[in-house]
Amino acid sequence: MAEASEVAQPGGSDGPADLPKAELPKLYRAMVLARVVDERCLTLQRQGRIGFYVPLQGQEAAQVGSAWALDPEDWIFPAYRELAVALVRGVPVKLLLDQFIGNSGDVLKGRQMPNHYGYREFRFVTASSPVGTQISQAVGAAMAARWKGEEIVTVTYFGDGTTSSNDFHAGLNFAGVFKAPTIFFCQNNQWAISLPRERQTHSETLAIKATAYGFPGVVVDGTDVHAVFAAVRAARARALAGEGPTLIEAQVYRLGPHSTSDDPRRYRTDAELAKWKEKDPIARLKHELLTASVWTEEEDATLWETTRKEVVAAFESAEATPPVDPLTMFDDVFAERPAGLELQRASFAELLKDGGLKP
Amino acid sequence: MTELTIVQAINRGLAEAMRADPDVLVLGEDVGVNGGVFRATEGLHKEFGADRVIDTPLSETGIVGAAIGMALYGLKPIAEIQFVDFIYPAFDQIVSELAKFRYRSGGQYPCHVVIRSPYGGGIKGGLYHSQSPEAYFAHTSGLKVVIPSTPADAKALLTTAIHDPDPVLFLEPKRIYRAVSGEVPDGELRVPFGVARTAREGADVTLLAYGAMIPTCLQAAETLAASGVQAEVLDLRTLVPLDEAAVLASVEKTGRAVIVHEAPRFCGFGAELAAILAEKAFFSLKAPVQRVTGYDTPFPYALENMYLPNAERIVHAARATLAAG
Ligand SMILES: Cc1ncc(C[n+]2csc(CCOP(=O)(O)OP(=O)(O)O)c2C)c(N)n1
Ligand SMILES: [Mg+2]
Repeated sequence: MAEASEVAQPGGSDGPADLPKAELPKLYRAMVLARVVDERCLTLQRQGRIGFYVPLQGQEAAQVGSAWALDPEDWIFPAYRELAVALVRGVPVKLLLDQFIGNSGDVLKGRQMPNHYGYREFRFVTASSPVGTQISQAVGAAMAARWKGEEIVTVTYFGDGTTSSNDFHAGLNFAGVFKAPTIFFCQNNQWAISLPRERQTHSETLAIKATAYGFPGVVVDGTDVHAVFAAVRAARARALAGEGPTLIEAQVYRLGPHSTSDDPRRYRTDAELAKWKEKDPIARLKHELLTASVWTEEEDATLWETTRKEVVAAFESAEATPPVDPLTMFDDVFAERPAGLELQRASFAELLKDGGLKP
Repeated sequence: MTELTIVQAINRGLAEAMRADPDVLVLGEDVGVNGGVFRATEGLHKEFGADRVIDTPLSETGIVGAAIGMALYGLKPIAEIQFVDFIYPAFDQIVSELAKFRYRSGGQYPCHVVIRSPYGGGIKGGLYHSQSPEAYFAHTSGLKVVIPSTPADAKALLTTAIHDPDPVLFLEPKRIYRAVSGEVPDGELRVPFGVARTAREGADVTLLAYGAMIPTCLQAAETLAASGVQAEVLDLRTLVPLDEAAVLASVEKTGRAVIVHEAPRFCGFGAELAAILAEKAFFSLKAPVQRVTGYDTPFPYALENMYLPNAERIVHAARATLAAG
């Protein structure tokens, strides 16, 4: 058996539009892994061992189902909440945790806040905080891929609130005009920090916005991996057939706070939360697996336990990884350091030697 | 007098201005029900209602554009940009519209919008929750740029901003939102724009700074005092309009200047200050002007304490001016 912290890879583009029963436990494992990392990180943040964290609880089926429907060659332009997508892509948990700490194992060299990772190797483009900026970029990458004759799609992830951003509109418009092979995957988790979905836009759905840009928008139940998988599969086939983009609105709920800096009790009710907790995508898939007799309670208990152990071990290993080298602060501003920056680096190195700087 | 933190003082300033004038309103992301992500607008939604404390969709260009329209129509909108790092979607509205409306209309359409926004590092915010972009805006003619460093100033300068006839970008030092508290006079109090504050008097070297760097400069001044060097700390308070006279008077007295800001050095606000000193205080200077600033890199996450100017670096620079003559 593969380690729980390694996610089995999706089947590839020749797979069917329906998820085969035998594949379901693999998706379930990915969702459980995401949940375990999430729970762990919330605790670690409270303990001050990581500085900040953006949870994804409630959005696992939307993320795993969508990522499962892609080819490894497809490019992903994420926001900051797409942990399960990264896991399905194959990003090791330890590497993500290195980023959350910002240590020397972090591919990003400790430069960004937790959750703002990116891995060229996994075609998972490094995220930024300003919402929506990735959307038009995904369209450009899709146009480039087509121009180069490569059979891939780009997928961009964003939230309900981000449909109000400049780049949502610019990106959808470009994609419509240029028939870009892009999938706009909107996770409507009902809230943009404290603003509820119905006060974000007067549109009946978010998906309907695609109509104005001349291409289809579909609504799916984002707690149902099957529905999500099928919608992304269809959008992907459409894009590769040269028919252009699709906007998918996956309806989910952010079960946790917006981030560890947020207190959702200030703006939403326990009753609402309780209602959506009943639709917890992980419980839902587990129930389905049990009913289909492809999973047992014993297997389930073992999975949670081993996954927890592995995540704890991965974090211990990340915590033991040395801090980032301070001098790397001056790298990657440009391809080569200009003279002025070289001088700043030299005076910084002096200060470091004198002990005038502390991390 | 009431003992308040900076963020509480801002909250007071907003509430008092709204009570005094029904044309004052607040708009932005999460400012209403949630009371702002830093709680600067806490309680306002309850007191003044959703029509005057407006939770907007997630669009900074919408926020500033709508505020401009409200101002043109005669209201006094106070727009909040949640973090100044997210102001760029509204850059066009600010630079092309807000700052130029009065001028381009031959004075017909003044545009008194206040944009409040937390700025600066020190909260482990990484690239996009830490920046100090004051120089972009100070470079934009027609826009005033205000940065308080104490609770009393935060309230008084905000009150002045709300009553100012021109657009004001009011940058709040979020790192010291709660770290600094002090006595704040009750009731309306205004501090005029363009008047710097001497945060500490001294005769040997002038530290020129603003916002969250003031406490750091005061700390450096303490260290310097221990070795017999008296540093004067000048808090600029408003970058536009700039109290050039106070800058010159202090540096003419001490003959030495250290300019401190968090923003990167190249073309930072310190460059303007250094140019003014070179032009107008050249013969008073006993040593080259020093700048202690952020480095010319994006703002890093893990290394933020090494990136941000600290007291040691300021002391080091002050000593360099003393060693030079
Ligand atoms: C341009 C911009 N403005 C404001 C913010 C602050 N902010 C961070 S996340 C967020 C809400 C985003 O909501 P949504 O798009 O629904 O995504 P979710 O966080 O719910 O996944 C806001 C306002 C930001 N990151 N970028
Ligand atoms: Mg949302």
